[in-house]
Amino acid sequence: MEGKVAIVTGASRGIGRAIALELARRGAKVAVNYAGSEAKANEVVAEIIENGGEAFAIQADVSKSDAVENMVKEVLERYGRIDILVNNAGITRDNLLMRMKEEEWDEVLNINLKGVFNCTKAVARPMMKQRYGRIVNIASIVGVSGNAGQANYVAAKAGVIGLTKTAAKELASRNITVNAVAPGFITTDMTDQLSEEVRTEMLKHIPLARFGKPEDIAHVVAFLVSDGASYMTGQTIHVDGGMVM
Amino acid sequence: MADVLERVTKIIVDRLGVEESQVTLESSFKEDLGADSLDVVELVMELEDEFDMEISDEEAEKIVTVGDAVNYIKSRLS
Repeated sequence: MEGKVAIVTGASRGIGRAIALELARRGAKVAVNYAGSEAKANEVVAEIIENGGEAFAIQADVSKSDAVENMVKEVLERYGRIDILVNNAGITRDNLLMRMKEEEWDEVLNINLKGVFNCTKAVARPMMKQRYGRIVNIASIVGVSGNAGQANYVAAKAGVIGLTKTAAKELASRNITVNAVAPGFITTDMTDQLSEEVRTEMLKHIPLARFGKPEDIAHVVAFLVSDGASYMTGQTIHVDGGMVM
Repeated sequence: MADVLERVTKIIVDRLGVEESQVTLESSFKEDLGADSLDVVELVMELEDEFDMEISDEEAEKIVTVGDAVNYIKSRLS
C-alpha cells in the first residue's frame, strides 16, 4: 500500500496503535487520530517515523461532526487524498442494564457508533471523487453475541455492523469497500481492567485457548485494505480465536 | 453568468454520459437523465467544486431538475 493515505481513529494505543503501525509498515502514510492522549499519539508517530514511515498525529473527538470534518480537511491538505479509513476509536462504560445511566449509554453510543457515521460520511466525499476507498470498522464479537454488563457497548457495536453493511451497499458502485472486524478478547488497556476471574472464565470459551494481541487485529485490517481483498465488502470478520462461530 | 447552464451541462454530460441535447432546464436528473440518488449527490459535489461554493444538504435536496441547479447557482453568484 505504498503511497496510500490512511486515517486511523483512536490510534494512540491498543488495537488502533497496532493498526497504525502495521499500515505504516506496509507503506501507507498514516494520520494518527486521538481524542485526549496527545503524548501517546506522538509516541506512535515517532515510532512510525523511526521505522522509515510517514505519519502525523491529529486530534479530533469523533463524536463531533465539525471536529471530524476539520480532521479530514487537514489530512487532505497535507496528503492530497484519503484512501483508507479505519474506524477504531471506542470506549467502554460498563454497567448492568438496570444500573446503566443515560450518560453512560449516550457517551458510548456517541463515540462508538455516531463516531463511525461521522468519519465515514466525511471521507465518503473524497473517496467517491477518487473512485477508490477502503473503510474498515472495528466492531466487536460481543456485537454479534451480546454480553451481560455491556448493553451500551454491544448496541453500538451491533450498530456498527449494520452501518458497515449499509455503507457497503451505498458506496460499492464507487469502488469503496466497507468491512468490519469483530475482535474477541484482545489484550489491551481496555481489557486489562477486567478481573482475573473474568479472564479465566473467558479463556474457557476460546477454542484457540489464548487471548489475542492487537497485532492479530492489525494484520486482518491490513488485508482488508489491500488489493487482495478488493472483492470483499459488507463483511464482518471474526478475529476471536474461534469464540463465536 | 450566461454560461452557468453551459458549465452545468458539461458536468452533467461528463458525469451521466448523456447527450448534450437531452439536457434542458426542465430535465429531471432522476426521471429524464437516468441518475440515481448517489449520482445526484456526486453531481452536487462537482457543482460545488466548479462554482466554488458549498451547497448545504437541505438545499441539495431541493435540486431535482437542471433548472433547479442553474437557478440555485445563479442566485448564489449574484
